[in-house]
Amino acid sequence: MPQTVVLIGTRKGCFILESNGARRDWKLRGPYCEAWPIYHAVHDRDSGALYAAAASEWHGSGVWRSSDLGETWELSSEGLGYAEVDGTPKLSKVSGLTAAHGRLFAGAESPGIFESRDGGVTWSLYSTLDGQPGREGWNDPANQPPGHLGIPALLPHPDESSRYWAVVQGIGIFETTDDGVSWTPRNRGLRADWPLENPEVGYCVHKLVMSPTDNDRLYQQNHVGMHRSDDGGQSWVEITDGLPTEFGFAAAVHPHDRDTFYVVPLDPGHGRTMPDGKAAVWRTRDAGSSWERLERGLPQSGAHLGVLREGMAIDSLDDPGLYFGTSTGQVFASTDEGDSWTEIASYLPAISSVEVAVL
Amino acid sequence: MAELHLPATLLPLFPELPRRLDVDAATVEEAIRRLDERWPGFRDRLCEAGPHIRPHIHVYVDRERAALDTALAAHSRVDVIAAISGG
Repeated sequence: MPQTVVLIGTRKGCFILESNGARRDWKLRGPYCEAWPIYHAVHDRDSGALYAAAASEWHGSGVWRSSDLGETWELSSEGLGYAEVDGTPKLSKVSGLTAAHGRLFAGAESPGIFESRDGGVTWSLYSTLDGQPGREGWNDPANQPPGHLGIPALLPHPDESSRYWAVVQGIGIFETTDDGVSWTPRNRGLRADWPLENPEVGYCVHKLVMSPTDNDRLYQQNHVGMHRSDDGGQSWVEITDGLPTEFGFAAAVHPHDRDTFYVVPLDPGHGRTMPDGKAAVWRTRDAGSSWERLERGLPQSGAHLGVLREGMAIDSLDDPGLYFGTSTGQVFASTDEGDSWTEIASYLPAISSVEVAVL
Repeated sequence: MAELHLPATLLPLFPELPRRLDVDAATVEEAIRRLDERWPGFRDRLCEAGPHIRPHIHVYVDRERAALDTALAAHSRVDVIAAISGG
């Protein structure tokens, strides 16, 4: 029977939940990584290694790595930084990790992407997307949102090792097909509720996911609305109608059905928690034409839960398991495609990320 | 030899790094570099681009606030302090 491993990045270290293929009983381990704030913990399917992007207020940013499923960890930041010259951007945080094609990528603030070709031991700068529209303003302090502008995610094409989509906070999506040498904005059709100097950029993409069964089918949770692309991001259509809010961070796409997709709508104001204190995940089975509210097993009063951009994951089993972690330290799981939910961990530190691996 | 006192948060990151140790160095920067030679990555935990000492790390030489270029005397005491912050 397969082993199911859920990696949880929190403000106070990395935790691991383990179960078998039935996913009924879970065992919690952690905290790991010396309780450093972990922004994204991932499993590399090719090597079996675990990685956790971390940023300590005292000791800076780095990526922890484990080759024994989290029993022991090592930290490295060798090469993970910009030039040591006053006036150049500082690397204040690494966040989104991507393991693909034998490489490991880390998105960074200030905006940049770093790569490691030796399993996270050493790093080098992959791209800062120079030359893109408005790029010269990305490091302007006047343009920084709370927490700094950064590149939180890099989405790989599963078959084409030189093709990636980068998400730049508040700017949009950029695609490379030549391994980072050149990039093209991929934001056509997106909505912005603010003035744009250049319609190619200026969009706030929170989470970008790809269907494993159709690599041209992308979904994104945006600051303003849900959107779908059927052409690998070259154009987007809005699919927000039917959702309680247009705002959210997390998103997950069904591993076997390109039309099924999950989101966690949140209030868009300062709270950024689930509307009315009632917890729910929303599902579409028709590519966004209609949406269903899924709440069975989730708290329906006084539940002011937030879920961040990397806070939801789905496994690849025949009956895929869906998982999300909250800003108040709960992890909920469903093994019936979201119809019902069970709380599988409680009282953890605030959760930044949830990823799942089937071993 | 300067006498270095390090914050406890560094110890789990570097095998056999002691809380207190003696280093032969002319400046704070050189002392950090000496430790980085023995424990690779040590410098990154205390310094950021510039280079400067990280904002939430303070270094004191003989009880005076120091920078990377602060000189060390033969028997200087160097205290590296992680900020009393967080929650």
